[in-house]
Amino acid sequence: MLAWTIYLSLIGAVAVTLTPEKSPVVARLTALLTTIAGLGIAIAAVAHEPSGQMTTIVRVPWMPRLGIEYHLAADGISLVLVLLTGIAAVAGVLFSWNVERRVKDFFALYLLLIGAVYGVFLSFDLFLLFVFYELAIIPKYFLIAIWGSTRREYAAMKLVLYSFAGSALVLAGMVAAYVVSGERTLSLETLAHFPFPAHFQMWAFPLVFVGFAVLAGMWPFHTWAPTGHAAAPTAASMLLAGVVMKLGAYGCLRVAMMLFPRGLDPWGFHVLGFGSWQEVFAALAVIGIVYGASIALVQKDLKFVVGYSSVSHMGFVLLGLMTLNQIGLSGAVYQMFSHGIIAGLLFAVVGRMVYDRTHTRDLGELSRIPLGRLIPFAAVTFVLAFMASIGLPGFSGFIAELEVLIGSWRAFPWMAWIAGLGILIGIAFSWRALQATFFGEPTTTPEQVLPPITLPERLGACLLLASTIVLGLYPRVLMNLILPSLNGPLFEQLRRGDWR
Amino acid sequence: MSSSFPSVSALTLLPFVGGIAVLLLGRAGRPAARLTAVIFATAAVAYTLLLWSRFQPALPGMQMQEMHPWEPAIGLAYHVGLDGLSLLMLAVSSIVVLMAMGASWSNPKQGPAYFCLLLFLETGLFGTFTALNFLHWFLFWELSLIPAFFMIRLWGGPGRARAATQFFVYTMVGSITLLLAFLALFLASGSFDFVELTQMAQTGQLAAAIGQNLHWHQWDSGHITMFLFCGAFLGFAVKTPVVPFHGWLASAYSEAAPETTMALTGALSKMGVYGFLRILLPIFPEQMWRARTVLLWLAIATIVLPAFTAWAQTDLKRMFAYSSINHLGYCLLGIVAVTGSTGAEASQVSAKAAALTGVMLQLFSHAITAAALFWFVALLARRSGRVTGLNDFGGLRRAMPVFSGLMGITLFASLGLPGLIGFPGEFLIFKGVFPLDWWAAALALLGLLMTAVFLLTLVQRVFSGPLRERWAAMTDLTLAERCMLAPPIVVMFAVGLYPQVISGMVHGAVTQFVGLVRY
Repeated sequence: MLAWTIYLSLIGAVAVTLTPEKSPVVARLTALLTTIAGLGIAIAAVAHEPSGQMTTIVRVPWMPRLGIEYHLAADGISLVLVLLTGIAAVAGVLFSWNVERRVKDFFALYLLLIGAVYGVFLSFDLFLLFVFYELAIIPKYFLIAIWGSTRREYAAMKLVLYSFAGSALVLAGMVAAYVVSGERTLSLETLAHFPFPAHFQMWAFPLVFVGFAVLAGMWPFHTWAPTGHAAAPTAASMLLAGVVMKLGAYGCLRVAMMLFPRGLDPWGFHVLGFGSWQEVFAALAVIGIVYGASIALVQKDLKFVVGYSSVSHMGFVLLGLMTLNQIGLSGAVYQMFSHGIIAGLLFAVVGRMVYDRTHTRDLGELSRIPLGRLIPFAAVTFVLAFMASIGLPGFSGFIAELEVLIGSWRAFPWMAWIAGLGILIGIAFSWRALQATFFGEPTTTPEQVLPPITLPERLGACLLLASTIVLGLYPRVLMNLILPSLNGPLFEQLRRGDWR
Repeated sequence: MSSSFPSVSALTLLPFVGGIAVLLLGRAGRPAARLTAVIFATAAVAYTLLLWSRFQPALPGMQMQEMHPWEPAIGLAYHVGLDGLSLLMLAVSSIVVLMAMGASWSNPKQGPAYFCLLLFLETGLFGTFTALNFLHWFLFWELSLIPAFFMIRLWGGPGRARAATQFFVYTMVGSITLLLAFLALFLASGSFDFVELTQMAQTGQLAAAIGQNLHWHQWDSGHITMFLFCGAFLGFAVKTPVVPFHGWLASAYSEAAPETTMALTGALSKMGVYGFLRILLPIFPEQMWRARTVLLWLAIATIVLPAFTAWAQTDLKRMFAYSSINHLGYCLLGIVAVTGSTGAEASQVSAKAAALTGVMLQLFSHAITAAALFWFVALLARRSGRVTGLNDFGGLRRAMPVFSGLMGITLFASLGLPGLIGFPGEFLIFKGVFPLDWWAAALALLGLLMTAVFLLTLVQRVFSGPLRERWAAMTDLTLAERCMLAPPIVVMFAVGLYPQVISGMVHGAVTQFVGLVRY
């Protein structure tokens, strides 16, 4: 059943291209229905399979000579991310209702991207995962290069080059794992139990981890993210920050950490005070948190503010992964979900509600427009998104950051304090952006009239807000999926002595 | 009301429902919205009094508890309950919010949105004062910040942007350190529950758990706990505020509309003191005792310095803002004085009980008087066209005799004149602190003296002297205003003359706190 999320999206992509040229509404509705169906399947799967254990959906040989299988399966972590993709996909369509140029192509590429993303989260064969991972890069390029804004060719090219560089590292690690294991299989389930030699894991782990972490926006490989987010059309930024960055984080956990857990062990010697890859990547994550927030604090372009905030928030995901304890890891997965929703919401407000109406993203210019009075719905949405983004309790971001902080208290206490500093800077930049956009002091009051907020926008905003609030108040929905997976057999090698 | 009825949750939810109702009625216009808001706020007061009547002060521990699992993996549980302290704070917040609505009643600028935020703020306060699980509590602690922030930001004076930002940033810094400290406590003890943590702290299990589970460098458990105490302390010190963490207060209180400041000083500032009593004193008794000298000096500074600063102010709002810090300083003094000293002798116990009872009375009296004072400022500012300078007036008692009389009563109540509400609290605090730390009490007396000086200065400059031409036509309080102001004034006399209303109710809580700190 869950596999139909992929097939439906791909079928939808084809169907959209077949809709009549004259009526873009049909294309939009097709896309909307396709994504809603995907979301419905995801919700049904979550409701039906609340245990979070791994269940195989399809498993057929694909290239038997190489031992490659077409293996789709889902455990709790996959389900969480599939659910995220479903929500983000529906919201993305709702917020691109106003795309007028080449509507059919836009939604076809959009659905292709969605299908590929579902594929990554559901693949339990490393080769299949890699195919879907690469497949996701192509629509991203065109979405930015054709429908983008500021420096779109540059941003699209940068994004693709970074992605491919990361992929090359992943590919190298994948081939090495295939050869070293000698099992003639790329099944994640088999490889997760295969005892790779420790010295092999010691270099394979950082290779694959960095390869995926590029897409997760890990400092210092994050620079594609802000430019890409800023240039992309609204729906693409929402997906890019909301879902595509999660592909990277998911790969870090599912491939790098699950297959090569010994790579996180101490080296036995110290370089610059670091004694293991765990400490190195945790430090990079924390630098990302503080650096992303600090850069966001001085940006003039509203979309860049949100873009850098994504780097900061993804730092929490990576920090949570590196804590290597149950609460930190579950926090990382929770943050993947939460950031997906919140980043989507922020980009929706910034890109669709504000930029498409005012045609400026400059904080100085925006502060001279009385936006709070002209589009109050956007103001309320942005205030709530701002509260969610800074991790106020009651929103999903709080649960996620809380868990990551508890986990890092245990693993590296001083990093918890630096991450706390990052949260404070996050509050500062969010407030600055909010202040300039919606609470500026209009010097002149031109009788400007902006188009009112449309129904699709309202629906999309409500969907995203409801998700973050429900999961902020009732975290059990996701925790019941995440915890059993982390405690399941797949992550057996990852669990250490102080696993709690 | 059966015993299974979730009375505390219902109380917390009541203003929230009211806020939504006000929001929905907003389109029908201001009169309908404000009437709905006042109905809900009155209902909240009535409900609080009902809970008060059902509360049994003689019983130890928490009453009317509700406990439900929420998210066990992160120690989050829905746990609420009442003791004398919580109930007192509920009464304070519901009364202050109703007073603030009374003040906003005829201010046309404050429309439905304002009343809605005020009701949301009330929910935040109720939640904060009843929650017994740290995360549950923190939810309300943080969320009550948001309405307060927007009330300052959207309805304040010319410097409101800066004031609101300062208020927000200061509080958030404190909140983050508080959160981090509690996360570490959770890591060590596996619990976020205040009641459980208190028990663990009393039996020494908490220190053992910290020593066992937190290994930071070569620190021993005492150092780590002290570090965590400092983190938690900062959160409450900013909120109360304690000198030197009070930088946000003067501008926030004076830039906000006086009606907003009523809620800020009357109810919101109590959250900090509540934190000292509910969290720091029971969970970190040893650290409070070790840091005692420093804390006593901070308390003295909080009492004395703002009193001098208030004297130097030329604006009524700023003067009352500093006076507010000074008044909460007495609470801090009382709380710090009862920490430590191992003695269980009868004299010490009774001194501690007196000091803590004084703290509770002071919390109540400060809420009523400070809120009333800012109400008078609001009334005056509306008549004078936002002029609130101390030297801009003179001889007002001739133009507005009723106003001057009522404000005079409130000023004297704030000063601690016997027979009025301010007296029993301050008297009991000093009575309790003298035997425990005579030097601190002696130094704090200086603050009391200065309060008298600046409040009398105010009376002289504003009410006495020649009446200026400009204000000759100023109208006195209308009948409606008199009626609205009458209840608080009556309360000032009633509690001043019969403080047992409060002290009887908090007796059980006080005994328990005294028992807790016998470290």
